Amino acid sequence: MATTVTLSELENNLSRRFDVSLRLRQAPAPELMATGIPAISFPRGTLTEIFGVGGSGKTSLLMGALAHATRRPECCALVDASDSFDPAGARNAGVYLPHLLWVRCGGKVEAALKAADLLVHAGGFGMVALDLAGAPSRQARRISLASWFRLRHAVKDTPAALVVVESELNAHSCSTLQIEHQPVRSEIRGKLLRGIAIKATTGPRQRAVSELSFRPFYHP
Amino acid sequence: MFACLHASGNLALLVECARRFSPLVEEIPPDAVLLDLRGSASLLGTPQMIAEALHQQAGVPVDAAIAGNADAAIFTARGFRGTTIIAAGGEAKALAPLPVNLLPGSPEIAGALSSWGIRTFGQFAALPPAGVAARLGPEGTTLQRLARGEGLRHLQPLEDPLRFEEEMELDHPVELLEPLLFLLARLLRELCARLSARALATDQIRLALRLENSPPYRLTLRLPIPMCAAATFLKLLHLDLEARPPAAPIIKIHLSFHPVKPQIQQHGLFLPLSPEPAKLEVTLSRLYHLLSPEQVGTPELLDTHRPDAFRMNRFTPVLTRNLTPPAAQPTLILRRLRPPLYAHITVRAGKPAHIDAPSLRGDVTACAGPWRTSGDWWRQEPWDHAEWDLSLGDGTLHRIYEDLRTSRWFVAGSYD
Repeated sequence: MATTVTLSELENNLSRRFDVSLRLRQAPAPELMATGIPAISFPRGTLTEIFGVGGSGKTSLLMGALAHATRRPECCALVDASDSFDPAGARNAGVYLPHLLWVRCGGKVEAALKAADLLVHAGGFGMVALDLAGAPSRQARRISLASWFRLRHAVKDTPAALVVVESELNAHSCSTLQIEHQPVRSEIRGKLLRGIAIKATTGPRQRAVSELSFRPFYHP
Repeated sequence: MFACLHASGNLALLVECARRFSPLVEEIPPDAVLLDLRGSASLLGTPQMIAEALHQQAGVPVDAAIAGNADAAIFTARGFRGTTIIAAGGEAKALAPLPVNLLPGSPEIAGALSSWGIRTFGQFAALPPAGVAARLGPEGTTLQRLARGEGLRHLQPLEDPLRFEEEMELDHPVELLEPLLFLLARLLRELCARLSARALATDQIRLALRLENSPPYRLTLRLPIPMCAAATFLKLLHLDLEARPPAAPIIKIHLSFHPVKPQIQQHGLFLPLSPEPAKLEVTLSRLYHLLSPEQVGTPELLDTHRPDAFRMNRFTPVLTRNLTPPAAQPTLILRRLRPPLYAHITVRAGKPAHIDAPSLRGDVTACAGPWRTSGDWWRQEPWDHAEWDLSLGDGTLHRIYEDLRTSRWFVAGSYD
């Protein structure tokens, strides 16, 4: 008697009894957090990297996201490795400062990583931003992949978005979304700085290119 | 079994004496104190022994009475000198010789009893109850029951002042942190249980350690919101003790809580996300020890035009709702250099043409400025700046300024 059965027949028979175990579990799509720029949203529960050279608008993008998050309202944390955060500029960008916890690390990258880890584990923050852009590239490159894995694991399945701003890509495969900023031009006319134009490329899987512009805040 | 101590003008002394025998003590102003001694016979002994102990403890002449009910004890203490012990069931007989003016009745009833020729408890108790009720009403009936030694009073004990303190004398000095934390955990659990039993929380914890041959070690933990979580308190104390350990072995621990009403928060499905207070407090404490308290907090802008003027406040996650959303146009942000970077600037035709600073060097391709800011000239630290935004050959944008008081140039930060 023929006993050959195809794999699909076997799966069909078993799936009536074990319908969950034999199917590929698809992770639900992460909830997205608005940044103020329609083309770019940060996924919650994941690690996002924004990288680019100085003057490419990566800090401006982060502040836009913090402005939206703090006014939603959500508590947010900014771990500032190089102590370069400008509260007045952030306020002008729309960040609601009482909802922001600012951790000034004074150039200590190791302390910044530890602080970010503590804040992610504490829970309750909508966004935890780790600003490594002002830290020396050599120190940022020295961060082990294990540290990035630990951060990715800590933020997984939480409603927080962990956003890292840096000069170059460091977390690599640990980050779910990578946004590369490249400056296109800056505009200075007369006695005023009018703004900058940049090109943002999101990756790593679905590559999309956006042209963005950032303008300085002037009191009316 | 109830006891009553009577002495004129010594009420505070009587209360202090009574507290040594029973936690249930009631003041009977102006001259007596009532103690509930029920269930304490095995601890204190017979009524005679208790009466002797009460006399010894008082230290001054007092009238003491022990009876089966509170009212009988009070009348006896006020009516007889020295010590009187009334056996159970003998109240009516014992009270019979007492004058009726000891009864707490109205003047009308006292007058009526006097006109009837009733002088003692015994005479009043012997009157027919129906006749007393008909002539003196409910108050007369109540007074007659008191005269018969039938107790009516329920003791209303004095409330202890709310003090949440624990202390522990150590047989052997403790030198290491781990055994100290073990002891602190026990004290914290006891204090938290007492707080919880009274539906209270604490907003301040004080730890005092007596050290061997050293001045005492004191630590005060101020909590931003009232909490009652022994594990959280232990973690916070652990972090503080680790950062600032005692200088010598510990011989005594004293821990006290400041009791306050707990903060009641209504939870809801649609409330915005915010950190859990207890977890946040531990996280902030860890951050304070990782960096410093001045480096962790919420920035508050100062009411001045001075560049980069702010102060750090403690982060308290109280979310303000219904905020207006930010502007649609993204804003260009300046990354500050703290302190500003000293730079050598070459000026041509009144404008910066070349910048030479550590890690920043190049020809200026475009510049905007100058923008003058000055202020605080009436104070110790005035400022007078001419600010420029400039673009370098590599495409980067920077803000520099000339300090017009010293004619020196600085880089304030870079746009990013």
